Amino acid sequence: MMMKILVVDDEADVRVLFEQRFRREIRSGLFSFSFAYSGEEALTYLHGHASEVVLILSDINMPGMSGLELLRRIRQEYQEVPPPPPQVMMITAYGDDTSRQQAMQLGANDFLTKPVDFTALKEKLSLIASHENEDSGS
Amino acid sequence: MPMSFSAEIFFLIPLAIWAVRALQKFLELPTRLPRWNWLLGKVWVPGVALVLAAWLFKIKSRQLDEIYLLFLLVVLVALLLRLRHYRPARTLLLAVVPYTVYSAVELLLALGAPGFLKEYDDVFDTSRAFAMIWLVTFFFIARNQKKQLEKERVEREQEEQEKQRITGQNVELERLVSERTASLTQQTEELRFALSELKTTQTQLIQSEKMASLGELTAGIAHEIQNPLNFVTNFADVSAELLSELEEEQQRPTRDLDLEAELLRDLKQNLTKITHHGQRASSIVRGMLEHARTSNGERHPTDLNNLADEYLRLAYHGLRAKDKTFNATITTFFDPSLGNVNVVSQDLGRVLLNLFTNAFYAVQKRQHDPAIPADYVPTVSVSTLRRAAGQVEIRVQDNGIGIPEAIRQKIFQPFFTTKPAGEGTGLGLSLSYDIITQGHDGTLTVASEVGEGTEFIVTLPQ
Repeated sequence: MMMKILVVDDEADVRVLFEQRFRREIRSGLFSFSFAYSGEEALTYLHGHASEVVLILSDINMPGMSGLELLRRIRQEYQEVPPPPPQVMMITAYGDDTSRQQAMQLGANDFLTKPVDFTALKEKLSLIASHENEDSGS
Repeated sequence: MPMSFSAEIFFLIPLAIWAVRALQKFLELPTRLPRWNWLLGKVWVPGVALVLAAWLFKIKSRQLDEIYLLFLLVVLVALLLRLRHYRPARTLLLAVVPYTVYSAVELLLALGAPGFLKEYDDVFDTSRAFAMIWLVTFFFIARNQKKQLEKERVEREQEEQEKQRITGQNVELERLVSERTASLTQQTEELRFALSELKTTQTQLIQSEKMASLGELTAGIAHEIQNPLNFVTNFADVSAELLSELEEEQQRPTRDLDLEAELLRDLKQNLTKITHHGQRASSIVRGMLEHARTSNGERHPTDLNNLADEYLRLAYHGLRAKDKTFNATITTFFDPSLGNVNVVSQDLGRVLLNLFTNAFYAVQKRQHDPAIPADYVPTVSVSTLRRAAGQVEIRVQDNGIGIPEAIRQKIFQPFFTTKPAGEGTGLGLSLSYDIITQGHDGTLTVASEVGEGTEFIVTLPQ
C-alpha cells in the first residue's frame, strides 16, 4: 500500500529534490509525496486529506508559522483517534539540543538535521512503510 | 671782676648755636653740605675764642658782640651763596644781606668814627629797623617757599610712587596675560589632541558597530549560506544517481527511451539548480563582505527590493539563531515599478539591517511579555514605493512593543540605547540617520504607539 508523505518547507526546490531522490520509490508506488510551503498551507492540506497522510516531514525554520507551531497544532487537533494521528519528523538546520528537546516535548516522532542524509531517511521511511503495511494487513 | 667788654656776647653764643641748629634743619645741611654742617656745629668756638682773647689781651671793646654777630652773618651769607641754587636759600640770602651790610657799616663806623654814628643815630636806628623787618619778611617768604618746595617734593614722590605702582601693576598684568596665553595655548593644544582622538574613536566605533552588527548576523548568514549549499550538494548527489541510472538504462537490451529522456531532462534541470543555489550562496557572501567593507561613499544604481529582501532574511535568521523559539510573520510589498535607485548600497544595507533588527527585537520583546494574548502573531512588514513625485519610500513596520514618546526623541542620538549593556552600541539608529540624511539627502522618520507597534519611513529623493 502506498504511504502518503507531506513535506513542509519554505524552499520550493525541496520538491524537485525529494521527487528525484525518491523517484524509484515513487515510480514503484511505495511512497507518494505532497508538498506545502508553509505551516499554514500544511494545516489547510491536512484538513482536506487528514486520513490519507501517514507521515509529515516539516522544516522548523519557516516564516510565519514555524514547524514547531505546526507540530503543536497537529498534536492538538489529532488527539482523538480515529483516524490515527500522523507521524511527524522535524528537520532543521539548527541541530542543537534545545531545539531537539523542544520538538520531542511537543510530540515529534523524530528529529533530523540538515543537510538531510537521504539514505538514512529512505531506510526510516521504508521501515515505517513496512509497519504501516503490517498494521493494515493484520 | 669788672667786665670791661659787652656781656651781650654771652647771650649771642647760645643764640648762635640755636640759630645754627634751626638753619641746619631749614637748609637740610647734613645732606646738602655735610662739611659745612660739621663746621657750623662749631660756631660757638670763634665766639668763645673772641671772649678769651679779649680777656687775655685786656682788649677793651664794646663791639665784641657786634664783631661776632657780623662774623656769624658773613658765614651765613657765604653759606647761602654756596646754596644759591636752592630757592629758599636764595631768598634767605636776600633777607640777610641788608642786615649784614648794615651791621658791617655800623661796626666800621663804630670803630672808625663814633661821632658820626652818634650824630646820625636816628637814621641808623631806622635803617636797622628796616633791615630787621626786611630780614623777617624774607625769612617768612623763604619759609613759605621751603614749605611749597616740600609740598611739591612730597607730591612728586607720591607721583613717583604711583608711577612705580602702575609700572609694577603693568608688569604683573603682562605676566598674568602671558601666563593666561600660555595656558590657553596649552588648552587649545589639548583640545585639538582630544578632538583628533575623538575622531579616531568615532571611526573605530563606526567600524566596531559594523562588526557588532555583523556578529549579530553571523548565525543568520551561516543559515542563509547553509541552505543553498545543501541544495548544491544534494542536487550534485542526486545527479550522480541519475547518471548511473541512465547508464544502466542504456546497457539494457530493451531501452526505455522515455525514461532516458526524463532522466536527461532532470539532469539538465539539476545543473540549473546547482548554478542557481551556488550563486545564491556567493551573493550572500558578497553582501557580507560589502557590509564589513569601509564604504567608499560611491552611489551605484541598486535594486532596493532585492537589497531589502536580502537583509530582511539575514536579520530574521540572525535573531532566530539566538532565540530558537522566535518566529515572526514577514510580509513584503515590493513595488515592481521601483527600478534601480542610486545609493551607496552597503550604507543603505546597514540602515535596512538596523531597522529590521530593531523591528524583530521589538516583536520578540512583545512576544515574551506574559500578558500578551495567545493569538498574537509577531509581524514585520517591509514595503517599497515609488511615489508619483519620484521619491522612493521604504517603510519598515512592526507590531512590537512600540517606543514611548520620551525615548522616541532620543533614538537618533549617538550612544542612546534601551538594550541591556553589551547588547547594543547605541550607534545603529544614529548612524542610520546620518547615512540617510547626510549621505543620501533623504529623511528618516519614526511613528510609534506603545503596545501597537512602530513604523520607520526612509524617504530618498529622486
